[in-house]
This record gives sequence, structure tokens and C-alpha cells, in this order.
Amino acid sequence: MIAPFHRPLADAVRDALDDIAVQVQSQRDELTIIAPREKIVEVMQALRDDERTDMHQLMDVCGVDHVARRPRFDVVYQLLSLSHNWRLTVAVQTDKAVPSVVGVYPSTGWFERETFDLFGITFDGHPDLRRILTDYDFEGHPLRRDFPLMGFEEKIYDDLTRRVVRQSVTLQQDYRAFDALSPWQGMTDVQKRGEND
Amino acid sequence: MTEPVQVLVRDKDGHEGAPFTINLGPQHPAAHGVLRLILEMDGEVVERADPHIGLLHRGTEKLIEHKTYTQALPYFDRLDYVAPMASEQCFSLAVEKLLGIAPPERAQVIRVMYAEISRLLNHILAVTTFALDLGAITPALWGFEEREKLMGFYERVSGARMHANYIRPGGVAKDLPEGLLDDIEAFCDPFIKFLDDLETLLTDNRIFKQRTVDIGVISKDDALAWGLSGPMLRASGVAWDLRKSQPYDGYENFDFDIPVGTTGDCYARYLVRMAEMRQSVRIIRQCIARMPQGRVMIDDYKVAMPDREDIEKSMEALIHHFKLATEGYHVPSGATYTAIEAPKGEFGVYLVADGTNMPYRCKIRAPSFAHLQVLPLLSKDHMLADVVAIIGSLDIVFGEIDR
Repeated sequence: MIAPFHRPLADAVRDALDDIAVQVQSQRDELTIIAPREKIVEVMQALRDDERTDMHQLMDVCGVDHVARRPRFDVVYQLLSLSHNWRLTVAVQTDKAVPSVVGVYPSTGWFERETFDLFGITFDGHPDLRRILTDYDFEGHPLRRDFPLMGFEEKIYDDLTRRVVRQSVTLQQDYRAFDALSPWQGMTDVQKRGEND
Repeated sequence: MTEPVQVLVRDKDGHEGAPFTINLGPQHPAAHGVLRLILEMDGEVVERADPHIGLLHRGTEKLIEHKTYTQALPYFDRLDYVAPMASEQCFSLAVEKLLGIAPPERAQVIRVMYAEISRLLNHILAVTTFALDLGAITPALWGFEEREKLMGFYERVSGARMHANYIRPGGVAKDLPEGLLDDIEAFCDPFIKFLDDLETLLTDNRIFKQRTVDIGVISKDDALAWGLSGPMLRASGVAWDLRKSQPYDGYENFDFDIPVGTTGDCYARYLVRMAEMRQSVRIIRQCIARMPQGRVMIDDYKVAMPDREDIEKSMEALIHHFKLATEGYHVPSGATYTAIEAPKGEFGVYLVADGTNMPYRCKIRAPSFAHLQVLPLLSKDHMLADVVAIIGSLDIVFGEIDR
């Protein structure tokens, strides 16, 4: 279901992508397309170069971990067209690797590095896929849903050996995960619009 | 963290030998925070710059996944701690979009006013510390005096000078205290005088211009391709401002101009920020003139905390207060990318809700992150001292880069 005010953008996207099949979703005032993973570079190239879409800016790339779903991850790109004043969300579903779009949008360089760092999704063809936000010798991918909030290791200064050492996390007090979800569903009637999305 | 400076000098013949590497930061005052910059130098000329970030990484996005929407809001103050309310506004707008609610008119005008106060806070710091990096000390001393007054306005409305937690989904936390609008009004005229004085120090200053004109030039096409936004994009000659093109919180009702630079160098970025401050004062004046009466929070106990008096009198209100304080409100499932024109550029929140009381995923798109990414491009073939000028002109804050 595509909202009427999304028609021009949705049509432009269909025209620009020509024969690449994508799934178009309209949610509130935003339009999302789900592109096939192996065609993502062509999709981006077409959306940027075709005058009907003219998506000249890529503002953001991020990962989403749907831990129970297969394929497990979403990689979500936020495109912006200055000439048409349109925003478009492009999503790709993947389990492991995605082709890098750094050749189309150089701005993805660090965003893809960040997604790799935090989710462990690799980007094929990325020239410099190093960790970016976590520590130099960090292990694991912290934004995955199965990575515990407290992590596994911490760094402390060891008085005896007089150096910084790694050890497994010790908590002075157990982490208290408050599960405040009500069994009576008391607060659910706030779900007004878009409840069945 | 300290690593010895590796110096591999060239041969006497002038060839062979690796270019020597300089480790700038992470505790260098000109690094504007905890930037660690690995510079490969050919003499005094930068061949390659490799920014290492993440030294201030606090796992904000991970923490937000384990907090209710109300508890998540204060984390946004701590992203861009130079202009805290701008980030709050973005998150509030994203949550409001998913909930399908809109704040009352008075709350919107208060938000716009404080967003512009945040812009002043940010640009004063950006411009004056930029000048400080280039050797001018007086602007910083003058500027921080003005910032102190603006933080006073923050404090009077929220109780905190920086981490306000004031702009919340559904409106703002509290109504303005009496007399505040008069004081903000009284602040405006002397502030314009301050801007004039600041410009006499910098705009035609020969040393300042020698250090900034034609330094760190980024073309219009490059600026677009690298995802720049805000003053960085406008200094390169792109007239683009989300307050005009995709207005939020009633910006379409205000009369203001978008300053655009032409040259895309450090000097243009300075000029754009100075001009933007004058426009912000214009918007603040309009907010004061048209401040509507009425509520500052939506009248819906499912999202907004009941008033104190109601809690004492009404059982309904007491129950709602308890539910909001423990469980919080549920946000219907869905995803949104909401972006605002923060002082530094496009600040976006990609919020995925799954129908519970906590965000499923909250990606924060920080403008500084994209801006710092172009530092290697901008500083290539520049002198080491110019790198300092370029970092200053990027206006980066590590709270939002490292998150």
C-alpha cells in the first residue's frame, strides 16, 4: 500500500531501477524499498545517476539485527535528493556480507566500517574495512542482540604488574534488567495510528 | 594509549625511506576532543591522514536498546554536548512520529527558541575555538561569556546548564518560568553587538585570513558525495537547510534567511556560521513576539506525566504516573528516519520500534561523523599547521562521533 503523496517518488524509483525488482513499502510519510542484496550497487548507481530520482546524498548506513529472522540482518541506507526534496530508505537483508557501495557514494566508507564493527557484517570491495568505534583489540560485535550489555572483558590497571590488563567483567552488583512489561497490557491503548504495520 | 612518535627520516639523497609518521592526539588541545590522528608527512606536508576515533565510545545505541523511551532521552544530551537540546529534539520528533502525536503549539515555539539558543551555543564555541586554534585568544574569552548567559537560560528552564532533558516526546518538560522571555529578549541586542565586535576581531584580520582562505577547500560535488550537511555544505555553495526544505516544529512559520558561502574553504565556513548566528537571533526574537499561550505538553496521560496536583487528587492520574514511571509508554511497531537541522548539520535518528516500551534499534546519525570523514581529503597536501585550522573549521564534537 503506497500513500498517494508517495506516488511520484515510488514511480520515479520504479522508472530509475528499470528491471531490478524491488519491494516498495510506504510507512507514515516515509518510503522504503527492499533491494536484492547482490544488486545493491546497481540500485544505488541508478538511484544516484537517474535524473528522475537524483539521489545525490547518502546520509547514513546502519545495521539492524533481527535475531530470530533469516536472513538475520538488515543494512539500511538513507538517501536524500536535494533537487526533488525526497528522502528514500533502501534496505538490504543479509546474513553475512553485502557488496560495498563505497564506489558510488564515498560517504559510506566510515558508515560501512561502523556497521562492520558493531554488527560483523562484511562489505565486499570496501577498501579499508577496519574497526572504527570499538577498542583496538576488541573482540565481538557489540550491537548484535546476543551480545550482552555488560560485554565480556574489561580493561583495568593492575597494581602488581603496573600495566593495563584485560580480564573478564566483574560487576560489584548484578545487572538488573527491569522487565516492566505489564501482564495486563495496561498501556497498550496508546497504540493509535499505524497499529497494524 | 601513548605510542612513541615514529620518525623515519629520508636518506641524504632525498629518496627512499618511508615518510615519517606523526601521532597527533588523542590528548592534543587542537584535536577538539579525543581525536587521534595518524599523519604521514613528507617534510611538513601531509601525505595521508588517518583519523582514529572511538576513544569516547560509550555504547549509547546499545544502552538505548535496554532503556524505555523516557530513559533514553537523556543520552541524547550527551551526544552533542555543545548543543544538547538539538539532539533531544530529533529523538522527540522521531518518537512522536511513531506514536502519531504532535506537541501543542506553545511547546513547538519553545522548542524552536531553544533549538536556536542551542545553535548560538554551538556556533559561538565553534567559531571562537577555531580562532583559538589559530592563535587568537580574545574571541574565546568573549564568546564563553556569552555562552554562560545562554547556559543560564538552559538552567532556568530545565535546572541543568547542559544536560537539560527538557524537550521530550509530546512537548517540553516544564513551562517557561516567569520573566525568562524578557531576559532572553534583553539578551538579543547586546549579543548582536558582541557579534559585531567579534567580526572586527576576525573577519578582516590579516593573520586569520592567511590561515583560513583557500585552506581545506571542498567543492560542491565533493561535499554532496561525502554526505556533508549544515554549514559545511552551505559553505560550498549548496543552499540546503532542513528548516526550510523539510520544516519541523513549525519552522515554516518563521522568517529567516539561509546564509550560503561560495568558496568552500575554512574562511567560508567561518562566515556562514557567523551569519547563521544573526539569523538565529532573528528567529529567537520572533519566538518571543509570538509565544502562544496554552499547554506545553500534550494532554494525554498515556504519554505525558500527569501534573503534580492531579496526582494528589485523582486516582487515574496516580495510576498513570506509576505506569509511566515504571513501565513507560509503548510505541507502536515501525521504523522512522527523522532528521533535523542541528547546528552542525543533519542530525538523524533511525528508530525501529517493536511495540514494546523500549526501542528495538536506535541508530544515531551524527553530522560530525560524516564531517570528520572528509578530513583526510581536506588535509591532503596541506601543511601540518593547516590541519589544525581544518579540524577547527569542521566543528566536530566527539560525544556524537563516538556515541
